[in-house]
Amino acid sequence: MADAPVRARLAAYRRLAGAAVRAQLAYPGSFALQCVGQALAQAGDLVAVLVLFGHITAMAGFATHEVLLMYGIAGIAFGLADGVVGQLDGLPTYIRTGALDALLLRPLSALGQLCASDIALRRLGRIATGLVVLVYALVEADITWTAPRIVLAVTAPLTGAVVLSAVWVVACSVCFWVVEGRELANSVTYGSSMFTAYPLGVFGPWLRRLMGFAVPGAFVAYFPTLALLGKPDPLGLPALLQWSSPVVAALAVLVAGGVWRLALRHYQGTGS
Amino acid sequence: MGGAARMYWLMAVAGFRRWSTYRQAAFAGLVTNIVFGFLRCAVLVTVFEGVSEGSGRVAGYDPAATFMFVWVGQGLINVVLLWGGTELAERVRSGDVAIDLVRPWNLQAALLAEDLGRAAFAVLIRFTVPMAVGLLAFDLRLPSSPLTWAVFAVGTLLAVVVSFGVRFLLNLTAFWLLDWRGTLGVYMAVSAPLAGLIVPIGMFPDWARVAIWCTPFPAMLQAPADLLIERGPAPLLLAHQLGWAVVLLLAGRVVLRRGERTLVVQGG
Repeated sequence: MADAPVRARLAAYRRLAGAAVRAQLAYPGSFALQCVGQALAQAGDLVAVLVLFGHITAMAGFATHEVLLMYGIAGIAFGLADGVVGQLDGLPTYIRTGALDALLLRPLSALGQLCASDIALRRLGRIATGLVVLVYALVEADITWTAPRIVLAVTAPLTGAVVLSAVWVVACSVCFWVVEGRELANSVTYGSSMFTAYPLGVFGPWLRRLMGFAVPGAFVAYFPTLALLGKPDPLGLPALLQWSSPVVAALAVLVAGGVWRLALRHYQGTGS
Repeated sequence: MGGAARMYWLMAVAGFRRWSTYRQAAFAGLVTNIVFGFLRCAVLVTVFEGVSEGSGRVAGYDPAATFMFVWVGQGLINVVLLWGGTELAERVRSGDVAIDLVRPWNLQAALLAEDLGRAAFAVLIRFTVPMAVGLLAFDLRLPSSPLTWAVFAVGTLLAVVVSFGVRFLLNLTAFWLLDWRGTLGVYMAVSAPLAGLIVPIGMFPDWARVAIWCTPFPAMLQAPADLLIERGPAPLLLAHQLGWAVVLLLAGRVVLRRGERTLVVQGG
């Protein structure tokens, strides 16, 4: 596979994404409704948080605004990840129909093409819900603002999106071995959407290990929220973890890249 | 008449057999249902944090009833197909529905029969396995009398009919809309919280509880789950389900008649 110059490759991705966006805007009424649907879907866990706080004053040691802060960061991170890499859920169709072969023949990365040509603009609805809640929580929660915290408030959703995207790529790589594995991937992708919106202490020890660290969900919103609040971890985990999300994100990307390349090497096509 | 009954029975059998062939997909879906079962139990049980040990109840639920509620819900998702489906809508879009309409049957009844067959298979795998996992991992509130299981079976049957009624209407919008993904997206977003999947409706504030029970959504999941944990008067819950089942099936009949008249199949 001959590598085209970086500039030409970027231009190609831009055209793929542009075509996807234009296609999605073809029926504006339906598109607007899809955005509303996504915004409401994201609000599902918000409903849970608000209803539960109608009966309690603290959830695993966190007040309403503190949980909403976590929910907001997690919501934006998930919306971004779902919009960019979420359409990898369609990978089984590419594998079954052999459409993946066409992507592999082009001088661009298959992963890049899959993401660019299926970018899902409707996820803006999810991001909007997360953003509104995050801004509200940042104003209402008692935060002592310092320069590093300002940077963190802006970057935490983006770092979280990188972590979740890496998780998505790894989970969808399973489809190269189990073709009907789309729903299997959902358990960690959509599962993480729910897991990351709540304090880590809500979950039992083995769920924490599985969804918080093996799948690094704790670094999406939980640790950044603790850092923003300057709150000691109720679970007593080291304070250093609170600022370590960017490192974890970088590691997650490396792992995801490795798994994806391994999976692609395993791919043999679907026959004649 | 005997011939017609036999045909609908065969549709149900076909529905059952068709779904029983997707075993890998059923397994993958089960894993997701089970993971979410554990996550939901953890989140919902926080509602008891502020409750003193002795009373131990919120909105009539204690922890054992809450866990049971979560696992029944996870089991029912695929029995009632809470997220909907677009098969009929796609047949309307492609024009294939014209063939369905000229067959000597009642299309709505035939699809309902097929859906009941599908649901029967879902009960065998998609309901039983999450329930078994819940039983092994949690202290669940089990029914005090065997009669409750029978009442629950009736409630589940009605839940499938109500859900079918809603999905049928949703699919029929394809007669008027070129792109129904927007409507389906909104439906998928609201069906889970309104059916009680995310938080039991009893835990909502009063005004929301009343409003939600005015919709058909609780009949799909909250009602059968409450029947099994013996919360609330069973006759009232069944009446709510039956009422919505009748209304939705009648509405589907009327809307299908109108839709048939708008259908234009392109080409030869």
